[in-house]
Amino acid sequence: MAEHYKPFKYKPWEMSLEQRFQEVFPPYSQREAMQEANRCLYCYDAPCMVACPTHIDIPTFIKKIATDNVKGSARTILESNLLGATCSRVCPVEELCEGACVLAHDHKPITIGRLQRYAMDYASERKIKFFEPGKANGYKIAIVGSGPAGLSCAGELAKLGFDVTVFEKKKWGGGLDTYGIVVFREPVEVSLSEVKMMEDLGVKFKFNQTIGQDVTFQQLVDEYDAVFVSVGLGNVPDMEIPGEDLQGVLDGLDFIEETKTQPLSTIKYGQRVCIIGAGNTGIDCATIARRLGSERVMMVYRRSEAEMPAYPFEYEFAMREGVNFMFLTQPTEVIGMEGKVVALRCQRMDLGEPDASGRRKPITVPDSEFDIPCDMVIKAIGQKKLSNVVDALVKLGVHTDRGYILVEDGTNRTAHPKIFAGGDCIRNKGEASTVMAVEDGKIAARGIAKKFAIQLEEVKQGAKG
Amino acid sequence: MKKKPDLSIDFCGIKSPNPFWLASAPPSNSGYQVQKAFEDGWGGAVWKTIGAPVLNVCNRYGTMDYKGSKIIGLNNVELISDRPIEVNLREMAEVKRNFPNHAVIASIMVESKKEAWQEIVKRTEDTGIDGFELNFGCPHGMSERGMGSAMGQVPEYTCMVTDWVMEVATKPVIVKLTPNITDIVQPARAALKGKCNALSLINTINSIMGVDLDTFELRPNVGGKGGHGGYAGPAVKPIALHLLSAVASDPEVVASKVPISGIGGVETWQDAVEFMLLGSTSVQVCTAVMHWGFRIVEDMVDGLSNWMEEKGFEKCTDFIGKSLPRISSFGDFDLGFQTVAKINHDKCIQCNLCFIACNDAAHQCIDLKELKLKDEVNERLWPVVREEDCVGCDLCSVVCPVDDCISMVEVNHGRPHITWNELTQKRPEVLEWDKMEKYREEANIHIH
Repeated sequence: MAEHYKPFKYKPWEMSLEQRFQEVFPPYSQREAMQEANRCLYCYDAPCMVACPTHIDIPTFIKKIATDNVKGSARTILESNLLGATCSRVCPVEELCEGACVLAHDHKPITIGRLQRYAMDYASERKIKFFEPGKANGYKIAIVGSGPAGLSCAGELAKLGFDVTVFEKKKWGGGLDTYGIVVFREPVEVSLSEVKMMEDLGVKFKFNQTIGQDVTFQQLVDEYDAVFVSVGLGNVPDMEIPGEDLQGVLDGLDFIEETKTQPLSTIKYGQRVCIIGAGNTGIDCATIARRLGSERVMMVYRRSEAEMPAYPFEYEFAMREGVNFMFLTQPTEVIGMEGKVVALRCQRMDLGEPDASGRRKPITVPDSEFDIPCDMVIKAIGQKKLSNVVDALVKLGVHTDRGYILVEDGTNRTAHPKIFAGGDCIRNKGEASTVMAVEDGKIAARGIAKKFAIQLEEVKQGAKG
Repeated sequence: MKKKPDLSIDFCGIKSPNPFWLASAPPSNSGYQVQKAFEDGWGGAVWKTIGAPVLNVCNRYGTMDYKGSKIIGLNNVELISDRPIEVNLREMAEVKRNFPNHAVIASIMVESKKEAWQEIVKRTEDTGIDGFELNFGCPHGMSERGMGSAMGQVPEYTCMVTDWVMEVATKPVIVKLTPNITDIVQPARAALKGKCNALSLINTINSIMGVDLDTFELRPNVGGKGGHGGYAGPAVKPIALHLLSAVASDPEVVASKVPISGIGGVETWQDAVEFMLLGSTSVQVCTAVMHWGFRIVEDMVDGLSNWMEEKGFEKCTDFIGKSLPRISSFGDFDLGFQTVAKINHDKCIQCNLCFIACNDAAHQCIDLKELKLKDEVNERLWPVVREEDCVGCDLCSVVCPVDDCISMVEVNHGRPHITWNELTQKRPEVLEWDKMEKYREEANIHIH
């Protein structure tokens, strides 16, 4: 019996650490992919395609899997989304393409994400190169940050013949795809291969370059014809409660990053872990802790299930992994003993009237304090804005809103004529995601091409010939 | 970047950017449709047949749906174009003006009169179209009026009308053959005798799609009645491939060097490649377009191009007809070629379909046995081939639902490599059972 059809049993001790950190979903066999692809109705004006922020021609790529033109399938995906391999793994497909599938009306939607991964794996196993750099057009573009928005923009620009240099503060490219997505959803190699794809397109990468220290925006604006800012967001903010600096209180993103960059056996984890926050990062941290071996993992969230930012599939996954949830619970203090965490003090909450975000506001229940014994606290309550980056941009004339960069619809240009932006750093409303960042990069690439009157179609065809 | 394969074809002087043409059918009914098809990537179109005046009926289609798959076969009783000839001709001219490099072929069919055929040829040529296809295949409605397959089923008529057309036509003429005939090679030769420039096949196959178990009506139901209609779609592909190979390997056809346009169940680039390997220069498509629209051609072009690149073919002529030399007949098969079934127990899921097929429908050479294969306890019995008794019929491997689980492996048990024709010539006595038994002993052929 194939592994993935066995009834789920949470017995991590029966697996090695490496096995526990394999991708949760095994790849489709050719037969599985064919059967699923043949189930697709090949709708015209398909809702899945509309629901995809990058508008991948989903019915066509699936049809091509069905005719065993998997190479053509991969090309169809990459033509709309150069980060198709990452997106096939990390996209919240239930909320996007699969959620829109017409088959969801009376039976199961097509597993679009898994099929996309099948086509992407096929291309990557065979090291197929689909695109060539465009004919050099003489314009130099700087990109700050090599996350999905930066990579997508870099690749699209390189296809159009721009001379692109990416400045990245870390030692590897890929941004959160490389450092911030749990390895059993996306192995680090997948993201790094996308960086490699851009390198093959002639994009230059400068790693370990922090903006404001190693290079300034002013320098970039002076030296380059345009600058695309895709710096993302910063670390997890402070909770501003006592005990936050105790040993054993971690930043969730740092915790995930460790599992992607360090040998799994060297990662420290608590036996009783409290995760604060119930978003995507929180779920990742909780499930990592369980897979590393934590006995008890408790997610502490001040609102209820209805308000939590984690997707339903993430919630289900975490519960299957044995993660506990304490909703309507607000941490008030991390209790330490001899400098180490021993408990998380919390109080009960109730939900009141809706607040500015439209969600019901949590109100404290008087005299409801209690302690959760724990030896590790992981903060996953969102990300800080990179205020130094934003301030530097404001000085150059870029407009912002509550720490997010404001851009023009359709071009992603900021108030500065040479500066464009995309990704999480412009997402001042709604949820941020990898696939939206990819689309931001595409939009900005088109905006930059338009600025220099580069004909998109002509150049594209020229590059093909 | 590596040079892309060249998909363009030259079909007896008709140039087309790729081998994918719309067949003469509802999708090529109007200028609007043909232009849209060209924009989507089709290389050519055989216009829906123009000619004799007609009236259509309602409910024109019946389908064969099979276990959840819609339209593996499609039957129709629609007639040739019911739009006025002038309108069709005007639109043909317009399409040709807008798409000078695409192939536009006029399908024609009129009553069996020399003047009528020659007149329509002349009128149509004025539009600037690239060629003609003579519809000698329509099996319903027109055939009852002495046209379509009524013409194609009588080689003399086929030859006669082709000859009339060739007298006046200055553009290439393709004769489209009907499969509703015992030996398709006869009308093919008749068309050659009439000096046609090319052949196309197959037209649709006579069929009745089914009966409604509640109302006892036929499908398609035309006001309570039904009748034979033309069957097409993926289900007819094997029949089309056979008829194509029969025509394409006929010595007279080979000697004439006329190109063939293959038709019948082409839905994917893979289907097209098969037709081309068996001698088609272009392929024509109808049912798949009726199911999904013109957009399917993008994968056809892309898939064909990727396949050619992978195989190292630079142009279509590099592989057209490549499998034809393999077309043979039973009397020339090697009787010494021997295979036996091997079951890969690592892949086997123990459905036992191979066992029951072999046991009930073949030669009883698979047993169900206890095997200690894996560590896990498995009470079920495993299918095991008795290789010494396996006749190599292949049934178990075709019913097996798991890919690469049962394979037919070539073995050599010393059977002489001889064909039936050679054997019966050398040793005609084997046509007697007792002599045959003796030969089998010698040849190490034991049938239990």
